[in-house]
This record gives sequence, C-alpha cells and structure tokens, in this order.
Amino acid sequence: MNVTVLAKFVPNPTGTPALGPDNLLIRDAGDGALDPGDEFGLELALQLVEAQGGEVTVVSMGPDEALTGVQRGLAMGAHRGLLVTDPALKGADALVTARVLAAAIARSTYDLVIAGVESTDGYTGTMPATLAELLGVASVTAVRKLEPDGEGFRAERQTESGYDVLTAPKPALVTVTAGATDPRYPSLKGIMAAKSKPVETVTAAGLGVADLAATQTVAAVTEAPAKAGGEIVSGDEAVTRIADLLTEAKVI
Amino acid sequence: MGATWVYAEVTPEGTLPSALELLTKARTLGGDVAAVALGPGATNAAGELGAHGATTVYASDDQVFADRPGRPAAHTLHQLIGQHTPSLILFPGSYEGRDVAGCLQALTGSTLMANVTDVAGPSRAQTEIFGGTKIVEVDLAGPEPRLVLVRPKSFPAEPSGGTAEVVMVDAVTPTGPTATIVERHAEAATGPKLEEANVVIAGGRGLGGPEPFAMLDDLAAAIGGAAVGASRAAVDAGWVPYAYQVGQTGKTVKPEVYIAAGISGALQHVVGMKGAKRIVAINKDADAPILKIADLGVVGDLFQIVPALTEEVRRRASS
Repeated sequence: MNVTVLAKFVPNPTGTPALGPDNLLIRDAGDGALDPGDEFGLELALQLVEAQGGEVTVVSMGPDEALTGVQRGLAMGAHRGLLVTDPALKGADALVTARVLAAAIARSTYDLVIAGVESTDGYTGTMPATLAELLGVASVTAVRKLEPDGEGFRAERQTESGYDVLTAPKPALVTVTAGATDPRYPSLKGIMAAKSKPVETVTAAGLGVADLAATQTVAAVTEAPAKAGGEIVSGDEAVTRIADLLTEAKVI
Repeated sequence: MGATWVYAEVTPEGTLPSALELLTKARTLGGDVAAVALGPGATNAAGELGAHGATTVYASDDQVFADRPGRPAAHTLHQLIGQHTPSLILFPGSYEGRDVAGCLQALTGSTLMANVTDVAGPSRAQTEIFGGTKIVEVDLAGPEPRLVLVRPKSFPAEPSGGTAEVVMVDAVTPTGPTATIVERHAEAATGPKLEEANVVIAGGRGLGGPEPFAMLDDLAAAIGGAAVGASRAAVDAGWVPYAYQVGQTGKTVKPEVYIAAGISGALQHVVGMKGAKRIVAINKDADAPILKIADLGVVGDLFQIVPALTEEVRRRASS
C-alpha cells in the first residue's frame, strides 16, 4: 500500500503569530515547523505501511524552509518527499493549494492520501474535500480510526454526536483528527537516515499549474475591541467570589 | 446582485440552528434569499426556513444525502447553481458544511472563505484571527457564487414571519467513487446540550486525567442546567469524547457563565467560548493566557476550589 501524506509547514505553533506588511501571515520567520496536526496522519500512514508493505511519500507546499517539515516526516519513517516551492505561491488560497497538490500527488501512484482535518495556522478545513474532488477519489473527513477493508478502507468518522463508520473504495483521501494516533518521535537513526532519502523539489509551473491568482485579498486589519480587564483573586475568597458571580448571573 | 443562498443543514428531527442564523443574516444583504435543504427532513423544514427569510426552499428528502457525505449535496448544488446563478452561498462551519463547500469549490472554481464571522455581500466578508484579537476584512473575487463558511452563533436567529415556495429537486448522483456511511453511533452525553446550557464548566489539561471530570459533573449537577465541556487537549488525550470539545474544532458556546478549569487558554479554545457573558478561569499558573480574558480569574488549585465551590453552591441553593 502506497500512502501520500500531506504535510504543511506552519509558523511556530507555540509562538505568537504575526502579519507582514502585506497583511499575510509571516511564514519564513525561521521558527516554523511541520504542523503538529499532520503528525497524527503521518503516524497512521507509517503504521499502515509497516503492516501492509509499500511506501509513504510526504508532500508539502511552502517556502524553501518547508523542507525541514518534509525532513521531519522522513525522520519519522517516511520513504520519500516532494516539496512544491515557488515564490508565485506566496499567499495562495485553498483552491490554488488544492490544484497544486492534486498535480503533485498525481505524479505517483497511491492507494491513500492522508491530510490533517485542518491546519494549525489557517483552520480552513475545506482543502482536502476540494482536493479529493479534483483527484476524483472518495474522501472521508475527520477520521479517528482507519483500517484496510477488502478492496478499500473502513473508517470511523467523528460526528457532532458520536461517530459514523464509512466504507470507501481505493484510492481514497482521508483527513485524520488530532489524537487519532500517538505520533512517534524521530529516532537518532531515523534523523540520520532521512538525510539520504530522496526529496524532489518542483515549482508550480513544473507541475503545469498556471492559474495562481488569489481570489481573496485582505482589505483591512483592525484590532478587536479589547475586553475590559477582569479581576484576579486567589486564596480563601476565591470560592465565595465565584459563587457570588453565579448568584449575580442568576444561574443558581 | 443575484440571490443569496443558505445551505441549510436539516435532519428528520428538525432544522439545525445554523440555518436560521444564516437566513437571518441573508435577509439583510439585499436581493432574493433562498435555502437549499438536502436530505431526510428537508420538506418538513421548509416552513421554518421560510419563517426565517427564505422565499424559496430547494428541497430533496433523498436518503442519499444522509448516507453519502459531501459529494451528492455538492453536485446537486452545482446543478442548481447552473439553473439559478446565485451570487453568494452561506454555509455553516460544521463538518458537513466544510465537506459540501469544499467539494463544490472544485466544481465551480469559485472562492471559498472559511471561519467567517460577518458578511457584507458577495464581495466582502470578515473573519477574526489570532484568537479574536484582530478583525480582518477580506475582498472576495472570481466567479460567482462566492462560497462562505460562517462560524456558529455569529448571528442571532430571528423570524421574519415569511413563507417559502418549496421547489422539489432531484438528487444528482455524482459519478466516481464516493464514501458510504454503513453504521452510526451516538455517544450519549447526559445533561443539557453544551450549546444550549446557561452554564458551561470545561476542563483541560490541568485535570490530569479522565477521573477528575466527575468533579466537574458534580458542580454542574449542583448548579443545575449546567453542561460539562473540555478543551482540545483533554479530548485529544482521550479523557472525554469529542462531543465535549469547545473551540475552533469543536463547539461554539455563549452561556451566561463559562467556568474554565485547568485550561491554559490556547487560541483554538478561546474562539469557542469568548462570547460567554461571564468567564471564570481557575488555573494554578498565574501567567495562563485564559486569565487575561476572564472576568474573574482564580489562581489556585482546582482540585480544592471546585469541590469547595460545589459545596458552596449546594449551601446557597438550600438556604
């Protein structure tokens, strides 16, 4: 089974995000990382391939330094990497991203494409469904468990009230929820081995994707009205103060 | 401008609140307002959708929409768009809304903006970033209809008292592979729904495991009508089911009182609860970001404070 994992390089997930003068998120501050939300799917891919044979390919689109995200995937155990990097893709929206990734993924054969439910920086959460339709494959989003099932897959999908079980034929695309797996840490051996694994770098033009025009432009960014400062208490009065607040709110 | 459409999520049990919120907003944009309701319960929902501003409801009760997420609804919408050329379609920011809008975007090639908190028309929408500290106005361009996914509870639902003409539509069955639901499982939550409760008590990483959630349940029972929620960290750790999750990827709540226990206040969590009227945060770390947005911040040990609070609430209730 060959699995392609989408890996987004995001600004430092534990840092403070910032906008540049062009009102776009600063993505090349030097402290970016593989989106932690993508590691759950990467772990799932590695487990599937360890059990079934085959290869895991990590595909990413981002600035040059996104290569470090691809390398993290390789260090965890993926077999090869593909990075689409192109100054023309700065500020690319979800549709352009889906078109670029569709072209990149279609370069090799695959049984399964895995993405995160949504990125940690943009939270859009629609790109995988767009991508699946462009690829012409079945998709299941918000998957918390996946196993091979005959000629396809059986997936547990998170719902608002519980979960559904779905079947999907091969090849398929799934998005994996945070917490679905317990991602491994790259071993020292894995980090060393990653250096000799093949990583291909391509541009949008190299993939034959020409229409990169963004359909969303930031017109204005303003500060949200600051919330009036609250009060901080500690010690013995805390319980009384919370109870007073509940009484004031007429909920007890 | 052309019509504004609302993708209305419906079930056999009724219309989801998001549909009524979006219709209420759509009425203010000028132009015709229609709702598209696909799946079992659609025709039954038409009355309520009309009463909230839809003058036309395109409806199909076909089971295929419930059994096959995303694609049938997107392909049916695509056909309707070809016939009626709306300018703007508002979707709820739910899993279903994302699936349908995402798939539809591949068919229409139109822009799709997510996490929208306000919309001015087909060419302008608003979102909040960095945990709601900055408001971003975005110009939308490209082919119509523009697709907009709106965060839950961005608008109040208010009836207009109108009625809708119901136009029955046939499901478009897309060619190509589609995933199929073969089983459904409800993870029964007890007590009031998170989104509807007056008081929400949420636990995070600071609880350290699943057992201390019983402490929050006790407090909720003492208050009465309170619901228990959780941060993504607690859900990801497997301590409570996803149905508990409050935040960007979970539920959006706007209770009278929100009590955050052992939650640091990551942006992901804050966007789901910052609309609460009063926020109480209990955290042992005086630097926790949640304390900055709390009306009442308590620096202390939640394992002492929560049971003591439960006792105090019981005492006041009985006196």
